[in-house]
This record gives sequence, C-alpha cells and structure tokens, in this order.
Amino acid sequence: MDLVNPGFGLVFWTAITFLFLIVILRKFAWKPILGAVDSREKSIQKALDSAEEAKKEMQNLKADNEKMKQEARQERDAMLKEAQQMKKQMISEAAEEAAKKSDDIIAKAQTAIENEKKAAIHELRQQVAQYSIEIAEKVLKEELKDKKAQNKLVDRELEKVKLN
Amino acid sequence: MNILSAKSLVFNVLLFLSLMASAQVEETLIEEETDENKFDPKEMIMHHIKDAYGFHIIDINDHPISIPLPVILWTENGLTTFMSSEFHHDSDGKVIVEKNGEKFVNYHEKAYRLNPSAEKLKIGDDGYPVNAEEPIDISITKNVLMMWISVIVLLLIFITTARQYKKSKNNLPSGIAKFTEPLVLFIRDDVAIPMIGENKYKKYMPYLLTIFFFIWVNNIFGLIPIFNAANVSGNIAFTMTLAVFTFIITTLSGNKNYWKHIFWMPGVPIPMKIFLMPIEIVGMFVKPVSLMIRLFANITAGHIIILSLISLVFIFETVALAPVSVAFSLFITLIEIVVTAIQAYIFTILSALYFGMATEENH
Repeated sequence: MDLVNPGFGLVFWTAITFLFLIVILRKFAWKPILGAVDSREKSIQKALDSAEEAKKEMQNLKADNEKMKQEARQERDAMLKEAQQMKKQMISEAAEEAAKKSDDIIAKAQTAIENEKKAAIHELRQQVAQYSIEIAEKVLKEELKDKKAQNKLVDRELEKVKLN
Repeated sequence: MNILSAKSLVFNVLLFLSLMASAQVEETLIEEETDENKFDPKEMIMHHIKDAYGFHIIDINDHPISIPLPVILWTENGLTTFMSSEFHHDSDGKVIVEKNGEKFVNYHEKAYRLNPSAEKLKIGDDGYPVNAEEPIDISITKNVLMMWISVIVLLLIFITTARQYKKSKNNLPSGIAKFTEPLVLFIRDDVAIPMIGENKYKKYMPYLLTIFFFIWVNNIFGLIPIFNAANVSGNIAFTMTLAVFTFIITTLSGNKNYWKHIFWMPGVPIPMKIFLMPIEIVGMFVKPVSLMIRLFANITAGHIIILSLISLVFIFETVALAPVSVAFSLFITLIEIVVTAIQAYIFTILSALYFGMATEENH
C-alpha cells in the first residue's frame, strides 16, 4: 500500500472507529470525569468563598470586640475619674464641715468662757464690795470708838464741805 | 479493570519501551536472514511503516509467523472475505486466491482482482498490474487491528477513570484517575479554554480529549516492539481521517464572523478584500491538510530514523557497529517518546485553535 496515498479501507475503519470511540468515551468517560472535576472545583470554590466570608465575619467580630473593649475601658476610666473626684469632694466637704464645726465649738466655748468670766468678775466685784463694806464698817467701828476720833472725822468732812 | 491491572499495564508499557532497542535489532536480524538477496533497508523500512493484510510478528527458520486478519473486498459481484493467511505471506502477486469465482492476489500489500481471463498477474512498466483491478478494500489490516487495540486500551483507561470518581464521595481522583486527571485538565485548561474561550469550549471537549488520547496512544503503540509492526498514526489515511473530522467540525461551527473573514475580510479596502478571498478559501483547506501531513510526516519520519539506524548494522555487515546503532536508535526512541505526546498535543491544540477561530465573536 502506498505511503502517501490514503487507502480507502483504513480511512473507512478510522472514521468508524473514531466515531465509535468519541461517542462511547463522551458518554462513559468525558462526561463523568469532567462533571466530577467541575463539581469538585465548584465545591472547592464554595468552600474558599465561605472561608473568606467567615474570615471577614471574624474580623468584624474582632473589630466589634475591640470597640466594645475600648468603650468599656473608657467607661471604666470615666467611672474611676468620677470616683476620684467624688472622693476629693467628699474629703474637702468633710474637712470644710469639720472646720466649721470646730470653729463653732470654739466660738461657743469662747462665749461661754466670756460669760463665765463676766459672771465671775461680777461676783468677785460684789464679793469685793461686800468685803470692802464690811472692812470699812469694821474700820469705821474701830476708828470711831472714841469721841475724839469722831469729832476729828466730822471736822475733816466739814472742812471738805466748807471748801466746796 | 482494577487499579492493579492498570498499574501492571503501565509497567508493561515501560518494560516494552526499555526492551525496544534490542527487540528491534532481533526483528531486523531475522528479517535479514530470510532475505536471500542482499539486505535492502528501504524495503525493510517501507514494509514496517506501511499497512499490511497480516500482522507479521517474526520469522523463524525462514518461516514467517503472523496473525492472519480478515481481508474484506467489495467487487462488482459483491462482498468477498477470506483470511490473509490464504495469501501465504506472499506480497508479490504470485499466490492466487480464488473466492466466489474470482481470483485475488496480493501485490505489494494491495489486493487486486485478476481479470476473469487472466491466469497470472502481469506487471506493467510503471510497476502497476495491467491485467487486474483494485476492488473496494475494507480489510481489517494490521493498522486497523492496532487501532482497535488502542481503542480497547483507551476505553479501559478512561472508563476506569470515570468509575474512580463514582466510587469516591468527594469527586476526588483515586487510582488511575490520579494519573489521567492532570492530562484531561491539561487539555481543558491549556488547550481548550485558551484557544476556544471560556464560554464555548465545553462543546468541543469530548472531541479534543478523544483526538488527543487517540493520537497519543497510537503514537505510543507505534514505538512498542511487536506492536510497532503497525504504524497507525504514521499512516496518511489515519491522519487524513482525523484532519477531515477537524475540518468538518470547524466548518460546521463557523459563525457569521468566520465566514465574513473568509469571503469579505472586514477592515481592508475592497481590492484587498477581493485579493484576500481566494487566499482565505485556500487557507480553509490548507489548515486540515497541514494537520494531516504534520502528524503523518513526524511519526513516519521517526520510524524511518530508528529503523535506518538499526539497518546500519546490516549495511556495514558488522556487529561491531551494533552498540553505536543501538545507542543512536535508543536516543532517537527517547526523543520519539516525547514526540508522541508533542504531536498529539499539536494536533489537538491546532484543532482547538481552528474551532476557536470559527466561533470567535466580532471584536
């Protein structure tokens, strides 16, 4: 058979064989194989997509968490600050009140002391006057025991009147 | 076929490849012994690369051993069939087979029907018989047999592959599918999608996959000793048929844009359009012709080189040359192993390219 002259028989059988092969392989090999590969690729893509989504969600969650943490931290700081302030205020208020109260007490004490003193002085004065009168009485009684001394006093007193 | 036998098949293929060089020497040696005349490398090589009625395996003690194959002939008197063994290994037109009152001879592996009056085949000056005519010949020749063996192998491999996916739950490849899936994906991702485009490639996938593996397996079988008594993918009838399939598919899937580019090239002045039209029309036919010739020439050339290198031993009539010629032919065989895949790939990618051109949208 010629080298470069296609023989009819082989053309005929090749055509039939090839058509047979393509029909059989298409039905029993290529379709199942390509279908399997296709569905696998799709499922891989789906898995990758969902993983990506989960990652994103995770990131969102993380961000949310961070935000919440930040907020909590801020709130805590604010509360601490407030408490500090309140403490300071309370201390200062207490100190103020204490000072006021002690001032009051002192003032009251002072007035009491003053009053006591006044009363004491008053009493002392009365006492002293009493004693002076008594002493003067006694002195007078002693001095005016004789007539002479009485006259002398009357004279002196009269003299004073004359002078006046 | 289970995984084990798939593995043993691969193993056998490798074993055959490694034994190839030595086996070819043997084959040729025996052939030379039977040749009573001087060793004729051209005849030996041509005998190897051309088709034949019987599947010749070996000659033992001048007695050729071959697998007889059916010869199917259609003459004006109807269908005639007989086994090729009835030619008794004769291809010089000497043995006359009488069937249904008709006489047939095998002259240079081509069946002729002797004219009713003729008793003996007469050869004219041009080397063709003068008193006989060629019937329509659809014999199961050695190439057809090898082609069918390759079909069986392909069916076993790929139906097994498909079954592997059915077995697994997640569509994961296992067993032979691990080996075949990358090849299938290669055709899809590196041939079909880039050449035809994401949207239209699916329709052409069965054709591209089938043609790729069909050519590849036949190329490989052409390199395996014993099997390479047949040279299927280096036969022009085989390559022509496949090229015609590509041509038919290209032509049938040609869209408006494709035909416009052939008959009335857009974007060029009118004289140019008229000038380009015949070129494009010729180009339409040249494309499949180039596919046909490329595959045929590459595979046949590979066979011729290997056989020529082996023939050196007998041309120089010294065994001392055998290591050199075996080494060279081993080297060429290794290259040929690569060529088997490359040629199958080129045929497939060019077919895909033509389909892509035929279905390309206006841009």
